Amino acid sequence: MSTAELTAQDAELPKDLVDTFIDMAAHEHHPRGAAIEALRLVQERFGWINDAHLAHTARILGMSQADLDGIATYFNLLFRKPVGKNVVMLCDSVSCYIMGAEQTRERLCRKLGVKMGETTPDGEFTVLPIVCLGHCDHAPAMLVGKDLFGPVRPEDIDGIIDDIRARKK
Amino acid sequence: MAKIVIDGREVEARSDVNLLQACLEAGEDLPYFCWHPELGSVGACRQCAVKQYANAEDTRGRIVMACMTPVTEGAIISVEDPEAKEFRGEVVEWLMTNHPHDCPVCEEGGECHLQDMTVMTGHRERRYRFDKRTHNNQDLGPFVKHEMNRCIACYRCVRFYRDYAGGQDLGVFASHNNVYFGRHESGTLESPFSGNLIEVCPTGVFTDKPFSKMYSRKWDMRGAPSVCSNCATGCNTIINERAGKVRRTLNRYNDEVNRYFLCDRGRFGHGWVNAPTRLRSAGYVINGDMTPVPAQAALDHFGKIAASGRLVGIGSPRASLESNYALRKLVGAGNFSTGMAEPEHSLVKLAVSLLAAGPARIATMHEMEQADGALILGEDVSATSPRMSLALRQIKRTAFNKAADQARVPHWMDASVRTLGQDTISPLFVVSPTVTDLDGFAQDAIRAMPEDAARLGFAIAHRIDASAPDVAGLSEAEAASASRIAEGLLAAEKPLLVSGLQYASAALLQATANIASALAARGKTPLISFVLPEANSMGLALMGGLSLDEIAAQTADATLIVLENDLSRRLDGAQFEALVGSAASLVVLDHSVTPTAIRSQVTFPSAAYSETDGTLVSAEGRAQRFLQVVYPDAPLQAGWRWIADMAQAAGLSHVQPWARLDDLIAEIAATMPVFARIPEAAPAADYELEGTPLRSQTHRVSGRTAIRANISVRDIPPPSSPDTPLHSTMEGSYSTDMPGTLIPFYQVPGWNSEQSLNRFQQEIGGKMRGGDCGVRLIDAAGGSGTFSSGIPEAFRARAGQVMLLPEARVFGTDEMSMMAQPIADRAAPAVVRVGGTVAEGARVRLSLGGEIFTVDAVSDPSLPEGVATCPPHMVSRSWSVPEWVSLEITAPAERVGTESAV
Ligand code: SF4
Ligand code: SF4
Ligand code: FES
Ligand code: FES
Repeated sequence: MSTAELTAQDAELPKDLVDTFIDMAAHEHHPRGAAIEALRLVQERFGWINDAHLAHTARILGMSQADLDGIATYFNLLFRKPVGKNVVMLCDSVSCYIMGAEQTRERLCRKLGVKMGETTPDGEFTVLPIVCLGHCDHAPAMLVGKDLFGPVRPEDIDGIIDDIRARKK
Repeated sequence: MAKIVIDGREVEARSDVNLLQACLEAGEDLPYFCWHPELGSVGACRQCAVKQYANAEDTRGRIVMACMTPVTEGAIISVEDPEAKEFRGEVVEWLMTNHPHDCPVCEEGGECHLQDMTVMTGHRERRYRFDKRTHNNQDLGPFVKHEMNRCIACYRCVRFYRDYAGGQDLGVFASHNNVYFGRHESGTLESPFSGNLIEVCPTGVFTDKPFSKMYSRKWDMRGAPSVCSNCATGCNTIINERAGKVRRTLNRYNDEVNRYFLCDRGRFGHGWVNAPTRLRSAGYVINGDMTPVPAQAALDHFGKIAASGRLVGIGSPRASLESNYALRKLVGAGNFSTGMAEPEHSLVKLAVSLLAAGPARIATMHEMEQADGALILGEDVSATSPRMSLALRQIKRTAFNKAADQARVPHWMDASVRTLGQDTISPLFVVSPTVTDLDGFAQDAIRAMPEDAARLGFAIAHRIDASAPDVAGLSEAEAASASRIAEGLLAAEKPLLVSGLQYASAALLQATANIASALAARGKTPLISFVLPEANSMGLALMGGLSLDEIAAQTADATLIVLENDLSRRLDGAQFEALVGSAASLVVLDHSVTPTAIRSQVTFPSAAYSETDGTLVSAEGRAQRFLQVVYPDAPLQAGWRWIADMAQAAGLSHVQPWARLDDLIAEIAATMPVFARIPEAAPAADYELEGTPLRSQTHRVSGRTAIRANISVRDIPPPSSPDTPLHSTMEGSYSTDMPGTLIPFYQVPGWNSEQSLNRFQQEIGGKMRGGDCGVRLIDAAGGSGTFSSGIPEAFRARAGQVMLLPEARVFGTDEMSMMAQPIADRAAPAVVRVGGTVAEGARVRLSLGGEIFTVDAVSDPSLPEGVATCPPHMVSRSWSVPEWVSLEITAPAERVGTESAV
């Protein structure tokens, strides 16, 4: 999906999510307790959280947009901008840095033709930095969607990316 | 009290505060950011680090955050400890990594808490050599400017805006270096208390937007203590002047009244004093055009008019006691009107008599904050007395404090107390016909028409004390609410009752008074407050006089003198014509051009509150003095001076000129017992501290001789006035012990921001060192009070008619503040809210005071069918009292048709 398509999504959340959120809110001590999980579910469905979905979620949970957006923007794994189908997160913390994460990053960016933080024009990949993944013993570590890779040497990049591309076909 | 040792010095400290407060109260210069005297501690900034030692033998000690550490008996701490000092310096250095070096162009500069604290820590060399993070700023509307790069992430803004004031639309976004404080998108801040961010933020993130357009450094401006005249609450302010213009309004601390905060109407509502709508010379009005004439000519002309007949005077609840008194004296008590029309005139008098005769003490706003049970009966306080509604919001916090007491958490431990209290129900009950901003803070928000609200009030009184008359025919739900509220009030130690005049209902006032009497009969000590319409409504009610309706019978062929009052806001077209038209001539004394002034034959330009001293009596019954900050050019002078001049011109010897304001004040106090204490409202003009008068300029005001150089390079004597205790220049004394009523600005060495206030208080959040501000003129009679039995009939909708209720607004329905551009910009257009459903885009046609108006309509499902609301004075200039009207809804399609036809 292109960015334009993504932003043109329905302003309202689909009914099943609305029902889920109402139910979640009812089970919390305070409705706002459901905020993080609700945002996660929005992202799971749409890949990211757009303004309209955020506003609708806030309404359901009885929060102001500012309040809910404060939560959404606090967490670096909740996306408030469109991302590609695969979010590639490369660890930039100390062990991985020592083990050559920078070279891996360069290779990755070259392979995909994007800078850190950008999405490939075909909407397949977004590359982001991330803090320690707890995978230091396999540094440099990289997370693609829910799959953990490591050690990822520059020469491993082509294989990993091509594999993912192939899987999608 | 506890004894603690600070750097070897033994001091007495209050035991219920934290070490930061104790240090500040002991005169230490200990820097801090996130702690705020009214908001408490959260320990977010780590700036207030001190060394604490376990005992006298402990030489190593440990670093603690002073603001998060309670005072304990025998505590030994060090502010001067090198390690603690280094720690504090490093905290500032860290904060500075992202802080721009833009003090010279920053509007906070010169009164910046961050500057003060940075200097205080001694940090001066920055080692950070990399890029600073930058943010996009937002347009936050007409009041507040936003410059996020200056943020140090102390969290004060959201803690004030959200936690303290209940605003929803200011948030904190993102994390670590990117933390952002703002709205979810650009747009006007919704809270009517947004202006306080300017003072709460220790940096230049939030600054005063209107002030920015006529900016001057704090040290370059003259200051004077003033009193807000935009409603009857009487908040204390400081107004700043440079080059003859009022630049801004700041909060002035009064421990019993507004304390640390103002509402936005008060802070941004002063602009009318500089506006082109001001009257600046005497004038004759010919065919609706004002022709300036020399003052003497106008006075001579007045002399001639006055010689030909009786004088009738109309005073004003927005004018000072002094000017009103002078007019009353000129025309004689029997020819003097309070300037209020019915029903307001009688209702204000009723309110005052109920307050004076009843058993309940009139609550100060500080007492309201601490109430542990409160009922707001039939008044939208958030619109009619905004600052009071902010105080009432704190009732919730007071309830949290009770939860904190059980968990033994000190009240200043803000985050913990709020977490502990989040499930606490605040014992606040709101009964109002419309949704109010306080509903969200209330245990119960009950919708009831004014009559039904009064009935509920009477029923509550009966349930508290059976000797109060009962109400027949209550619904089951009403009876249950009455019992619940009665229980809630009886359970309170300090029950508070609030009502007002918004719905012009005597029954509401009486019902509220009945509840007070019932509570007193049950051994409680209730507190009460009635919101009154204008800054000096209370003063005029105490002074007495005829209503406009009564005086109308006496104006025939008389010379009518109107003091600072626009009658077109009080009388509809026909009434206005009848009153004004029957008079032989109309003389108007006002500071601004109004429709009334335009109808006069002669006008005299009176000084505004910023240009003269005077006394106002707030709804609390507190007489307070406002002081001049501007020395206006002739012929502007105080209303009472004009009146003395007019008397002379007319050869009326019973009014002799008063040489000084103090002479007039003394005369009022001597002749009117109810005002006997007004001289105490502030020190007299001959006040001296350490042998000199107080100064109103800082010691480093610049450009004193150059500022007039474009007009003349000659030395001119500094302006002076026999009426005001402040000296107009930088010469004179200034000290933290000066009276609270005379404080022109807050500044002590090392503390240039408003946080220097700490040094002017006996204890933080306590009384001013220099004494009380203002004097309360009336107080409860004590005893048990009596019961009124004027129980109204229940509200019944009428076929074919709609009950139109006034929708008071913070911005838009008040007279003078709407002449200030920022308030006019902030005011939303008038709409009529109609109960039930109306199609989107519909309009209504309604007739008010004989005129037809067509207004946009919106449906308000919270109103019953057959009821609508309309903002007073915004649609029809005079309409402000509930009224049955016929309301014709024009469909949206028709509207398009009509408009295109036009
Ligand atoms: S905007 Fe001001 S008050 Fe808010 S966190 Fe930043 S510095 Fe503190
Ligand atoms: S509450 Fe009233 S007196 Fe206080 S600042 Fe606002 S308008 Fe002024
Ligand atoms: S530092 Fe990269 S996974 Fe731990
Ligand atoms: S003032 Fe103590 S940590 Fe901020």
